[in-house]
Amino acid sequence: MIRATLSALLSHWVRNKLQLAMLLAGLALATALWSGVQALNTEARSAYATAEALLSEGETARLEHRSGQVSLSDFLTLRQAGWLVSPILEGRLTLGEARVTLIGIEPLTAPPGAGPALAAEDLSRFFAGHGFAHPQTLREIGPHTPDLQSSEAVPVGTVLVDIGTAQRLLETDQLSALTLGQTQPEGLRPLETLTPDLRLIPPGEGAELAGLTDSFHLNLTAFGLLAFAVGLFIVHSAVGLAFEQRRAMFRTLRALGLPLRHLTACLAAELLVFALVAGTIGLVLGYALATLLMPDVALTLRGLYGAPVPGALAFNPLWALAGLAMALGGTALAGAQALWRLWRLPLLAPAQPRAWAHASARGLRLQTGLAAALALLAMFLALRGTGLVAGFTLLAAVLLAAALTVPLVLTVLLRLAERAARGPLTEWFWADSRQNLPRLSLALMALMLALAANIGVGTMVASFRATFIDWLDLRLVAEVNVMPRSAEEASALRAFLTPRTEGILPMQRVDAQLASQPAQIYAMKDHATFRDNWPLIDPVPGVWDRLAAGEGVLVNEQLYRRAGLLAGDMLDIPQAGSLPVLGAYPDYGNPLAQAVLALPLFNEVWPETPIRQFAVRTDNATELIAALQDDFGLSPAQITDQAQAKEISLAIFERTFLITRALNVLTLSVAALALFAALVTLAGMRLAQLAPLWALGLTPRQLAGLELTRALVLGALTMLLALPVGLMLAQVLLAVINVQAFGWRLPMQIFPDDWARLGLWAALAILAAASLPALRLWRHGPAQLLRVFAAER
Amino acid sequence: MNALTLVSVSKSFPSAEGRVEVLRGVSLTVPQGSAHALTGESGSGKSTLLHIAAGLELADAGRVLIGESDLTAADEAGRAALRRGQVGLIFQQFNLIPSLTVAANLGFQARLAARHDAGFITHLAERLGVADLMTRYPEQLSGGQQQRVAIGRCLAARPALVLADEPTGALDEATGDRVLDLMLDLTAETGAALLLVTHSPRLAARCGTRHHLRAGQLEQAP
Amino acid sequence: MPDRRTWVTFFQAGGRFASARLAALLCVLSLSMPVQLSAQGFAGLGTDAEGFAIPERGRALSFPEDHGPHPEYRIEWWYLTATLTSEDGQDYGVQWTLFRSALAPREAEGWDSPQVWMGHAGLTTATEHFAAERFARGGVGQAGVTTHPFRAHIDDWHMTSRAGPGEDELDRLEVHARGADFHYTLEFTAEGPLVFQGDQGYSVKSPEGQASYYYSQPFYTVTGTLHLPDGPVEVSGQGWLDREWSSQPLSDDQQGWDWVSLSFDDGYRMMGFQLRGRETFTAGTWITPEGTPNPLPDGALQFTPLAETRINGRVVPTSWQIDWPEGGLSITTEPLNPKAWMDLSVSYWEGPLRFSGSHSGRGYLEMTGY
Repeated sequence: MIRATLSALLSHWVRNKLQLAMLLAGLALATALWSGVQALNTEARSAYATAEALLSEGETARLEHRSGQVSLSDFLTLRQAGWLVSPILEGRLTLGEARVTLIGIEPLTAPPGAGPALAAEDLSRFFAGHGFAHPQTLREIGPHTPDLQSSEAVPVGTVLVDIGTAQRLLETDQLSALTLGQTQPEGLRPLETLTPDLRLIPPGEGAELAGLTDSFHLNLTAFGLLAFAVGLFIVHSAVGLAFEQRRAMFRTLRALGLPLRHLTACLAAELLVFALVAGTIGLVLGYALATLLMPDVALTLRGLYGAPVPGALAFNPLWALAGLAMALGGTALAGAQALWRLWRLPLLAPAQPRAWAHASARGLRLQTGLAAALALLAMFLALRGTGLVAGFTLLAAVLLAAALTVPLVLTVLLRLAERAARGPLTEWFWADSRQNLPRLSLALMALMLALAANIGVGTMVASFRATFIDWLDLRLVAEVNVMPRSAEEASALRAFLTPRTEGILPMQRVDAQLASQPAQIYAMKDHATFRDNWPLIDPVPGVWDRLAAGEGVLVNEQLYRRAGLLAGDMLDIPQAGSLPVLGAYPDYGNPLAQAVLALPLFNEVWPETPIRQFAVRTDNATELIAALQDDFGLSPAQITDQAQAKEISLAIFERTFLITRALNVLTLSVAALALFAALVTLAGMRLAQLAPLWALGLTPRQLAGLELTRALVLGALTMLLALPVGLMLAQVLLAVINVQAFGWRLPMQIFPDDWARLGLWAALAILAAASLPALRLWRHGPAQLLRVFAAER
Repeated sequence: MNALTLVSVSKSFPSAEGRVEVLRGVSLTVPQGSAHALTGESGSGKSTLLHIAAGLELADAGRVLIGESDLTAADEAGRAALRRGQVGLIFQQFNLIPSLTVAANLGFQARLAARHDAGFITHLAERLGVADLMTRYPEQLSGGQQQRVAIGRCLAARPALVLADEPTGALDEATGDRVLDLMLDLTAETGAALLLVTHSPRLAARCGTRHHLRAGQLEQAP
Repeated sequence: MPDRRTWVTFFQAGGRFASARLAALLCVLSLSMPVQLSAQGFAGLGTDAEGFAIPERGRALSFPEDHGPHPEYRIEWWYLTATLTSEDGQDYGVQWTLFRSALAPREAEGWDSPQVWMGHAGLTTATEHFAAERFARGGVGQAGVTTHPFRAHIDDWHMTSRAGPGEDELDRLEVHARGADFHYTLEFTAEGPLVFQGDQGYSVKSPEGQASYYYSQPFYTVTGTLHLPDGPVEVSGQGWLDREWSSQPLSDDQQGWDWVSLSFDDGYRMMGFQLRGRETFTAGTWITPEGTPNPLPDGALQFTPLAETRINGRVVPTSWQIDWPEGGLSITTEPLNPKAWMDLSVSYWEGPLRFSGSHSGRGYLEMTGY
């Protein structure tokens, strides 16, 4: 019985191959986008987990000097007092073709944990300069790395070497920090008396990669979910249509004595099989997608947060299972309504066309109510919400509310158009569009979401880009930057540069805690470079003079916003006391809090802080760089010119948003597919609606043209709706999400060119989606339409 | 003058047993203002004949004239124009446009044919007993009401020829009779010619001329 | 104001995250390294001596130079043991050892040094055994040995000469070590001369002729304080220092050794060991109360295990019968605590004992390769 039932049920799909293809494609695409995004997230998270598992296992506290440098004698003092500490040296270095983080450790004293095992013979190789790096780092460095050995235990972008090797390569005799072993002997002299200059950084601090990157992953997940939801629209409409079309068959089967339970089970089984097949295809596609995007994601995460993420994707069975489960769950969700209707279907339901208008009026009221509730929630969150999760909830509420109001707004618009229409055909056109809206509304909502997301994210990225470029121009005002390697070289450089340049701005920094956040404090020389070029947020009157007089500090926007500071508020600066905040400055791309003090005050509080860098003003950068290299003997690595710096910054910026754009395009494609599915579905059902018109003397060609026009008009209206929603989205991204995630707020700028481009793309997508059903109507119209009448008896 | 002229119309369909000849050189004339009935067994080809007369389907051979216009020589657009201007079609169901109200449906074809006459439509609606239903949508009507609206919609355009294919087939006998009476009265009133396709001799008897289709050929009804 | 890195590489995270990575990385070698060292363990002592100096018979030892390190030899140790008793009559044993292991036969300043230092400290009571270890690289000052004044140290552990003018550097020593839950500080005072083991300090370890330089100071009296979790304990007793260095002390088939240092109630001392391999190789030195050594050739001593103890998954013979028929010696040893296992990166059994039989007294037992 079951077999006979199944073969009867499945025969439907054999005859409706396009419908089957839509169902599978929708589900596969939904699964692909979702699982692709999840694969990226999983990979990145496992990379953080590697780093953090090591960290928490070691549970290593650290000792640091505010200058960022620890001397060997500090190490010896503590060891000889019985403290189990181990030295670390860290720095950036160009190796081969890659810029890497070099980490030097002392294996004999390093606290326990996991990592590449060193056999005894390796130890002498390690001492002799052989290091470890992730296979990907090795590839990035290129072929000239005889001294590096591949190890998966080392984070990407990092080269691990012996402390002595690191000192040689970084040309220093200093250390970056001392790590404190987890268990220490009892009864030792306290650290504060032994090394009063060193600061104890408790374990766990800094292990916030996951927290920091949450916003990025939330962003990806949101996109994945959006795409998945859009894909489910497709599945829903395909499943719904198949059920609708097989009503007569269900009736017959039940009339023949098939129990309802059996029939429902068979249909559920059919859905299960589809879900498994499509889910598997989706997983393959998702994996391919993730593999394609992974290098960019890795670069973004490394660039944005310094998170060590490999560019290659590992296959994770759990991920595959989760993806399949998602496909099954999605299918269940999309098919639930149809199965429920089947369950409730009276044995001999009248075979009349459904009363759409009635059902949709009720649905519309429900949707409108829900949209209103969501809008209220969004308003509440916009006024009261704090935190990243609230920000994203706000985003979701705005999007959903907007999506839910799409049918209502379109209905109203179409009704207005209908009123204004003159002539029977235009009247019919609008009336018919309105009547068929419920069938299309899911797809149109999906399209609206995709378009709004595109506009919103596009506006955010473009605004950010514009602001960032302006900011870079102001910030990178120094023509040449030079990094001295030692205090001696610094003073020699100053003497060398003074007669040759317009101005020398030394850069000194100490690490500290500000408003209980890890922070850096910089010294700023009073110079026109800063007075003329630094844009300030909320400055007090006479800010530059007061800063130069040591009467206060400037803070970066991140600190300003996170600590809720206002101009004039007092800020505790360790060792310098409490100083008023004179203003804030934008500091895009920096996760840390920052404060700026006048150079004289800085040197008073922290004398002998090493000079890390000179920003040099000059009329002739080329000549100066040549002189620095040829006459002074600086290595090229110590010099950066302005153009170079700008170029690198922009390149990283572009890569950062590449993935966002890719996902945007994919979401839009899925939305177009959803529309296509809905239109194909609709086309089958609309024959009976169009047949009378044909009988009344309209040609199939006219009818096809009207169908195409209808899709375009609905698309255009949707695009119009998406525009304000997208701008609202951009505003939330710029003013809420960015502030929460990164700590800076960006002014929104409008880019109508982008909208026009998007509109064009949307129109093309709609045309592509609507043209197949329209073409079929045109070509095979008479035969199909005639069947409506011929099949009536 | 004849509203409809069929000259030696032939039509065959492919089937599992080879081509089936449904119509074998059928000739028929329906003069202006007359009412003809066409009967036949199920599958005898009477609907096909009607479809060919309406230009919904093409004959394999023979000619079809609507008034003096040669339908067989027209293209799809020409056939559609002829339907729009000259022919009223009434089927068993699917006559009305679901997205339009009764009022809009009634006026629809007349407006397409540019022969809209609000007074005439009101008159028709009253005659057909649907004047109270003008703001309703087709799905809100009973089958009999729907067919009455379909008749009104058809006649409002003042066609020269009304082609009806089992217009009361989906109705019970009493309702069907009332609808048929209305249709006959109104076509006579408007001077339109009628070709009614039905399988019921009882209904056919109410038309002036009767034809019976058997084995693809017309014979005078008994 | 962003530093250069922030200027140049937009979005580049600051030092904090770099440090997080760093902290994570720290662990990279860690435990795995000492574990590897232990695998090498005592078997490593038998590897070939290419590049390293090899002991030669007849070379006269000279002091204080030879108290100091010999970086051209692969391995070396400064090995103190003491059998102690508290005022309330409880027995204790203490070990303090500094090992030197060279990855290459040279010393260098700074981190380039190929010398690896390892400190072991042990403290045995009748019911408990404490052990601790330290590692250090040579060259930077974290660990090492200086000869004049003599000081051997690793971190805060040290063995420092308190010798007066005219005395040997090793005649008076202050010794300190600290583990997680114990520490001790002891004064060692020599009551007799240094004693050369083997042939004037040339100690043969196998029939094939593997050998080491080996001398001892077996005549220390010891006083000091042990700090245990229950509190400090004043102790006194006897101590024994072994100094040994070599590049290939064991032959390939030798798995380990059983070694004793014995202090007889009548003032005599004896060092004896057997090296377990295809054939057992024994050697020893009978030392008069005046410090005159009497080397015992291969086969003169017989070691017979009497009782075994299961500890850390290994079966170790912790009670022995030791016979020297020609000297009329036949004794059985009884450990203070049979569970005196040094559970460290390099692990072995080391603990105090008492012996009885033809003679009686106290001593230390060391067993490796189980």
